[in-house]
Amino acid sequence: MFRILDARQLASDVKCFRIDAPLVARHRQPGQFVIIRLSETGERIPLTMANADRAAGTIELIVKAIGKTTRELCKKNAGDTISDVMGPLGNPTEIIKAAHAVLVGGGVGTAVIYPLAQTLRDGGSFVSAITGGRTRELVVLEAELRNVCDVVYACTDDGSYGFRGTVADKLRELIDPARRRRESSIAPERHANAGAACRPVEVVYCAGPVPMMKAIAELTRPAGIKTIVSLNPIMVDGTGMCGGCRVTIDGQAKFACVDGPEFDGHAVNFAELADRLTAYRVQEKLALDRMEHECDMAT
Amino acid sequence: MPLTARERMAIARQKMPERAPDVRNRDFHEVNLGYHQSLAALEADRCLQCKDSKCVGGCPVGIDIPGFLERVSAGDLKGAAELLLAANALPGITGRVCPQEEQCEQLCIRAKGKNGQPVAIGHLERFVADWARENLDIRQLVAPPTGYRVAVVGSGPAGLTCSGELARKGHDVTVFEALHQPGGVLTYGIPEFRLPNHIIDAEVDRLRQMGVKIVCNVVIGRTFTIDELLKEEGYDAVFVANGAGLPVFMNIPGENLKGVYSANEYLTRSNLMRAYEFPRFDTPIIRGERVAVVGGGNVAMDSVRTAKRLGAKEATLVYRRSRAEMPARVEEVHHAEDEGIVFELLCNPIRVLGSEDGWVRGLQCVRMELGEPDDSGRRRPVPIRGSEFVIDSDLVIMAIGTRANPLLTSTTPDLKLNKWGYIEVDEAGATSKPGVYAGGDIARGSATVILAMGDGKRAAASIDQYLRGRPPTSQR
Ligand SMILES: Cc1cc2nc3c(=O)[nH]c(=O)nc-3n(C[C@H](O)[C@H](O)[C@H](O)COP(=O)(O)OP(=O)(O)OC[C@H]3O[C@@H](n4cnc5c(N)ncnc54)[C@H](O)[C@@H]3O)c2cc1C
Ligand SMILES: Cc1cc2nc3c(=O)[nH]c(=O)nc-3n(C[C@H](O)[C@H](O)[C@H](O)COP(=O)(O)OP(=O)(O)OC[C@H]3O[C@@H](n4cnc5c(N)ncnc54)[C@H](O)[C@@H]3O)c2cc1C
Ligand code: SF4
Ligand code: SF4
Ligand code: FES
Repeated sequence: MFRILDARQLASDVKCFRIDAPLVARHRQPGQFVIIRLSETGERIPLTMANADRAAGTIELIVKAIGKTTRELCKKNAGDTISDVMGPLGNPTEIIKAAHAVLVGGGVGTAVIYPLAQTLRDGGSFVSAITGGRTRELVVLEAELRNVCDVVYACTDDGSYGFRGTVADKLRELIDPARRRRESSIAPERHANAGAACRPVEVVYCAGPVPMMKAIAELTRPAGIKTIVSLNPIMVDGTGMCGGCRVTIDGQAKFACVDGPEFDGHAVNFAELADRLTAYRVQEKLALDRMEHECDMAT
Repeated sequence: MPLTARERMAIARQKMPERAPDVRNRDFHEVNLGYHQSLAALEADRCLQCKDSKCVGGCPVGIDIPGFLERVSAGDLKGAAELLLAANALPGITGRVCPQEEQCEQLCIRAKGKNGQPVAIGHLERFVADWARENLDIRQLVAPPTGYRVAVVGSGPAGLTCSGELARKGHDVTVFEALHQPGGVLTYGIPEFRLPNHIIDAEVDRLRQMGVKIVCNVVIGRTFTIDELLKEEGYDAVFVANGAGLPVFMNIPGENLKGVYSANEYLTRSNLMRAYEFPRFDTPIIRGERVAVVGGGNVAMDSVRTAKRLGAKEATLVYRRSRAEMPARVEEVHHAEDEGIVFELLCNPIRVLGSEDGWVRGLQCVRMELGEPDDSGRRRPVPIRGSEFVIDSDLVIMAIGTRANPLLTSTTPDLKLNKWGYIEVDEAGATSKPGVYAGGDIARGSATVILAMGDGKRAAASIDQYLRGRPPTSQR
């Protein structure tokens, strides 16, 4: 049993948990994840560690409630327990020192890029983050990102908040050389983002829905900007034993739990990944409906 | 009056009582019901009590087979159990899953001749073990604490056996298991209908009572490395028994379509995660109507029979050689046939066909014929030109073998591996790294439960010897 020490609501459907897991905390590095199982009847799901405190023996998870397991987890509070927390899993993020590193996160992906920011910055990079959602409520972790990034761009598709457009639109702007020249002519003290705008983007880290990661990779490919994506295939064991998390990288099968989860975005077969993620759509809906039905019965 | 040899010879082999095929192929309860006492005694009477008992030579752990059979026929089940347990800590498991027809029973004198039928040693072993679990306090006496601490990596048959042996000698043993439940392949791979989980649970409980600590959710190579176990965590020796869990795919087109599983994933979802009880259990599984399973070993057999139980109208086994070359246990092949499994023999997949929405719709195969013998002595299957055909299927399961999982070994660079990535060990089970021993599938390649147990036992003896030659880490 693993105890939740602290639970904070970050948005209506996003929660941050601090969990007592000393063995996991000890060796955790940014980019690594855990696999948790809530109860004896639960399924195993992967979640990135947003943080870890070695001395205190704790890890932090940021969870977006989307299906049965994540919703069940988001109902938990300090003092509640989780049956199993296994890790740390996956390879640590490859930290590239860059004049300008841009983190792009969408939805759950924002939880994945968040822990990178601090590490990249500690490594001496200038770090911008682009986070987005369809509308204002769906932009998550913005305040948290502001604490660890040099610049944060929030985007909404409908323009209800921040930049109007997708995260890809924003990135297109940032990597547009013409724009950079324009912006750099403005005196820095008059333009809050000038620092970011002046620097050529050297590396992009991206996590989020597959279509978004694909769009970002397509954008950076012609510009030759190194792009690292964090893939989110369905996982079971997390040790390379089942092969369920296989993804195709440069035409070769890789197991995301042990070979990843981060890969060169320009080499990923995104269409296949997107398709494989739909394999359990029917069962996922059934599980949710059943859960909601049980909640109705209980009230 | 003891029976004469002639009287013994006159008794026919007693059939294992089993549940009706068309009932059992719809649920996950055990197929075999087990002998009852009188049937067991009768079967044990068939043993000729040979002076030069060949059967014992076929058992990798050298069980005194005539000795335990004699006690069964005399009704001394306690005596039989003690004799069994002295050589084999997990008889309830080996009695169920050993390939007896290639081991003890193959060498039984009564197997000779055209109509020869060996004594049902496996069934009797299972009978005695089940009786003992219900009726005996099989707790082992534990020697006084020695002060030595040993870490065991993996809780499959090799790890469990080794930890039991070490605990008995008074060492302080901790087993680290990556998954959330101990048992290794016995838990996540072999289905309930062949090996019920409560038998493994009983074994794990017995180890815990002996003082063995089992820590789940720890992945050696990630949570700790072997070096950390030895240098920082204060273990005096390590036994590595992490199995050979890395699935092999065929590398044919279409293998990443939805509806293609490795047998490891399919069986893990079903057995470990209990997906056959979805939605009571949260883990989903794709239930095919027409399921094709590729392979001819126990893993393939378990997968195809699981598919039938999950509701497949047609569950087909696709194997590239003929029946005679199938590595699966003979009993499982018979059970599968009785349960309505279709066998497509001498048949090899060349492509998985998909629908527009990315789901499997068929398995394209080519017919094979047997040519010249290969290195293994088995006749090599060669494709027959122009014989391609399609097996309609909505679920395809690859059960063509496993390889060494590099997760642990890649973080322990001074552990010498062979060219396939398995850990090299000497006769004592020692690796190239001082204090580190290995056994089971990670040292042998995919083998059997009893060989893994034998390795665990041997390594325990070597580790015991190694430890006694040096002061415990805690006192250094
Ligand atoms: C390496 C990795 C790191 C992740 N980190 C985070 C994180 O930090 N925060 C966060 O909120 N989410 C994270 N996710 C996603 C998270 O695992 C899924 O949201 C979760 O599994 C959904 O389960 P569910 O029962 O709530 O929803 P479901 O209704 O079961 O599934 C919703 C969708 O989630 C995906 N999914 C379902 N089961 C799994 C599974 N076992 N493994 C992976 N994906 C699955 C599928 O695309 C599915 O369509 C991560 C995923 C991966 C692979
Ligand atoms: C479906 C199936 C059916 C089979 N049927 C039979 C049969 O009928 N008869 C027979 O004799 N044999 C059978 N076998 C083979 C037999 O099960 C294996 O040979 C045997 O289990 C090997 O034992 P082991 O202890 O070496 O490893 P395993 O049983 O594989 O156990 C290894 C354990 O180590 C854990 N582990 C892995 N990596 C790590 C790590 N880094 N850190 C911590 N823990 C780790 C794994 O999670 C696992 O629990 C079958 C195998 C399968 C897959
Ligand atoms: S352990 Fe296996 S080989 Fe040995 S006697 Fe029992 S069934 Fe036969
Ligand atoms: S070889 Fe057969 S008959 Fe002879 S002792 Fe062994 S089991 Fe009995
Ligand atoms: S999750 Fe099973 S191999 Fe990656």
